[in-house]
Amino acid sequence: MTSLVQIRDLRVEATTDSGRTIEIIGGVDLDIAEGEIVALIGESGSGKTTMAMSLMGYARAGCRIVGGSVVVDGVDMVALPEKDKAAVRGAKIAYVPQSAAAAFNPAIRIMDQVIEVVRIHGVMPLEEARTKAVALFRALSLPNPDRIGDRYPHQVSGGQLQRLAAAMALIASPKVLIFDEPTTALDVTTQVEVLRAFKSVISAHCIAGIYVSHDLAVVAQIADRIVVLRNGEVQESGTTADILERAQHPYTRQLLAAVAPDHEPRRDASGPTAEALLEVHEVSVGYGPLRSDGQPAIVAVDNVSLRVARGRNLGIIGESGCGKSTLARAIAGILPPFSGGVVFDGHELGRSARHRSPDQLRQVQIVFQHADTALNPAHTVEDILGRPLTFYHGMPRKQRSGRIDQLLDMVKLPRALRQRRPAELSGGQKQRVNFARALAADPKLIICDEITSALDTVVAAAVIDLLKELQRELDLAYVFISHDLSVVEAICDDIVVMYRGRKIEQITPEDMAKPEHPYTQLLLSSVPKLDPTWLDHLRQDPEQVRAYCQR
Amino acid sequence: MKHRIVSLVLSRLALALVTAIIVSFAVFFATAMLPGDTATILLGQAATPEAVEGLRKAMHLDDPAIFRFLRWLAGVVHGDLGVSYANNMPVAKLIGGRLINTLKLAGLTAVIAVPLALTLGITAAMLRNTLYDRCLTIAIIGVVSVPEFMIATLAVLLFAVYLNWLPAVSFTSEIRTVHDFARAYAMPVVTLTIVISAQMIRMSRAAVVETLNTPYVEMALLKGASRGRIVLRHALPNALGPIVNAVALSLSYLLGGVIIVETIFNYPGVAKLMVDAVSTRDLPLIQSCAIIFCFGFLLLTTTADVIAILSNPRLR
Repeated sequence: MTSLVQIRDLRVEATTDSGRTIEIIGGVDLDIAEGEIVALIGESGSGKTTMAMSLMGYARAGCRIVGGSVVVDGVDMVALPEKDKAAVRGAKIAYVPQSAAAAFNPAIRIMDQVIEVVRIHGVMPLEEARTKAVALFRALSLPNPDRIGDRYPHQVSGGQLQRLAAAMALIASPKVLIFDEPTTALDVTTQVEVLRAFKSVISAHCIAGIYVSHDLAVVAQIADRIVVLRNGEVQESGTTADILERAQHPYTRQLLAAVAPDHEPRRDASGPTAEALLEVHEVSVGYGPLRSDGQPAIVAVDNVSLRVARGRNLGIIGESGCGKSTLARAIAGILPPFSGGVVFDGHELGRSARHRSPDQLRQVQIVFQHADTALNPAHTVEDILGRPLTFYHGMPRKQRSGRIDQLLDMVKLPRALRQRRPAELSGGQKQRVNFARALAADPKLIICDEITSALDTVVAAAVIDLLKELQRELDLAYVFISHDLSVVEAICDDIVVMYRGRKIEQITPEDMAKPEHPYTQLLLSSVPKLDPTWLDHLRQDPEQVRAYCQR
Repeated sequence: MKHRIVSLVLSRLALALVTAIIVSFAVFFATAMLPGDTATILLGQAATPEAVEGLRKAMHLDDPAIFRFLRWLAGVVHGDLGVSYANNMPVAKLIGGRLINTLKLAGLTAVIAVPLALTLGITAAMLRNTLYDRCLTIAIIGVVSVPEFMIATLAVLLFAVYLNWLPAVSFTSEIRTVHDFARAYAMPVVTLTIVISAQMIRMSRAAVVETLNTPYVEMALLKGASRGRIVLRHALPNALGPIVNAVALSLSYLLGGVIIVETIFNYPGVAKLMVDAVSTRDLPLIQSCAIIFCFGFLLLTTTADVIAILSNPRLR
């Protein structure tokens, strides 16, 4: 039996900015049977999206398909002239993008975009397409299916857009669907709903396709088969159950291990009664002009108190927009709170960084999520690390040089990187430099704002291990902000759950199995597990879902 | 949403009004600061001090500057631009015919230059990094680098002196046939088109290229849309804001910046009138011309901003 999709010896090359040619897919074979979903798993740069797009005979700017064949339903997409490719795209093979928010044209109503495929290929009358679109909206459990198409993309939420993108892909009843990380940009509680919707339409329409993701737990819910990619080559492939339970390749095992980090209790953790290092008293922070009652137009953090004991780590979790990063910025003095106060080491800190002494500034450091934007691209690693040494410690040149070497050793970067600029470092290396810069100040407290979110799972796990190790050596405390619950669970002693600017519960990792607040229950139960039956067995109280999700 | 867009447009218009007042203030005081006493200039070197003093009184030149400004501003609002010092005619009458000439030239140039520039800019964006795009870019950079008096002079040299096809100056008063019209306007219009198109081509190309790199354009491609559909339906509406702004800026040049072109071709427009007014120290005329240029500029940029606000779907 011949399969629906046959990829043979696919090779894709890319030309870098410096004009060098590099191979991003090096001779890959792949088969997809009718009605089968194959997942492509790998970290960023593994070539998974490039490979998925080759199904449409498409390569992004700077990339070229240089060899091999991609036969979809008997037609080699690589050999097809551009005009014939266009005739297949959207009609026979459709694409669900990673960020639907970016893939929808902001200037066109949603319905017009959803049925555009029909308009282009003329597969059915437009009226029929509209009716079908509404039926798809309903099947994808979108709210108000009859009217949602009349809106513009910015008027609906991210989770809704992602489902609308699926409807847009399904409108012409394609044979093959490409899902490109379609839930990566979503919050976990939203992800559950979107995954459910995808799963039901996939089985209802008996769709074959590729599901690209870096998240094994998500893929486990949808895919029949998993292919593990790295550096443009297949490392391992097998049925979902085989990969999850009997992984052979060391890289696959590494990926699996990174999903479920070990939760060894931190032995040296002092008790919760230990002396407080940081106390946040009823802090409220907001944006925008002050109203007559002294409150800003938008209150992002509302009356939050928390306490970090010496040598203990506090995690702050919550979905996007819950105010966790704003709280971090208030503690660091970047964004002054409009009420409440911050006490550090027994002394009340000034509201904004300008009102704090240099020594107070030195003791509380913040590390930002995007090392790309936090590091000055024009400075070398040496300049970046040398600056806080001069600023806080007034170190002379010779001493500074020795200290920079020490710092690089601490974050496990080779000293040879000293003269490199951020653009010449990998994502993980950049985040380590970003962290080393905070360490250079000899702080007592480091606020980590989503520092692992932009990293691949394996790299993120290594960064977390590094953080733990440094804590043992340097007597540090962390405030660790993340939307990734497993990361927080791995490193924190106390966890604060935030929702819409409020602190709703404080728990410990041991309590995570049985939280009390309904939102925490919902949040924790929404984190995908490696078990392929997890989604089918997941029961969430619809009342709770309605109350807490802005889907 | 409707309410927000109305308030945005209104606040933009209010801003334009404030700018207009500040600009008239600046124009009035800049001309008032020019050296030389108006009364002395008018009466000549031989005038007796008593006569000068009398005229100063009669023209309210001794009043505080702010009163003179307010009086002048009130006049401008009522369409009374004052009386020319040089020939004692009302300034409004002097400018009237000239303004129509300038608008004629500007309108004709705009009708030719805007579609031409947008077509070239958009096609260059569609075919970016091809031979066509590169040749166009080189040509534009070449044109931008050559000053307009150079282009105008070369045009006169070529078409009027060597080839003898066209008259060297524009005799607008003798237009009777379409042929006359074309002969009179060909060179000024071509020169101005070259000058203002370059910027519009570059800006529209940049704006379209930017939207062509967005994920929604890639999505349209993956839906199987044709190249024309991708550009016209998906890229262009989102590039409208910057393009309209570039067009407005270029067109505003047609009002104030055409001094050199009008002078070279001896075209009887407002800019030429202003140059003549400077040489005769005719203050009311200079002020009025300057105000007209400033208001024209303000009108175009405000229109562009309002179009940009209206074309933003997030505000609809």
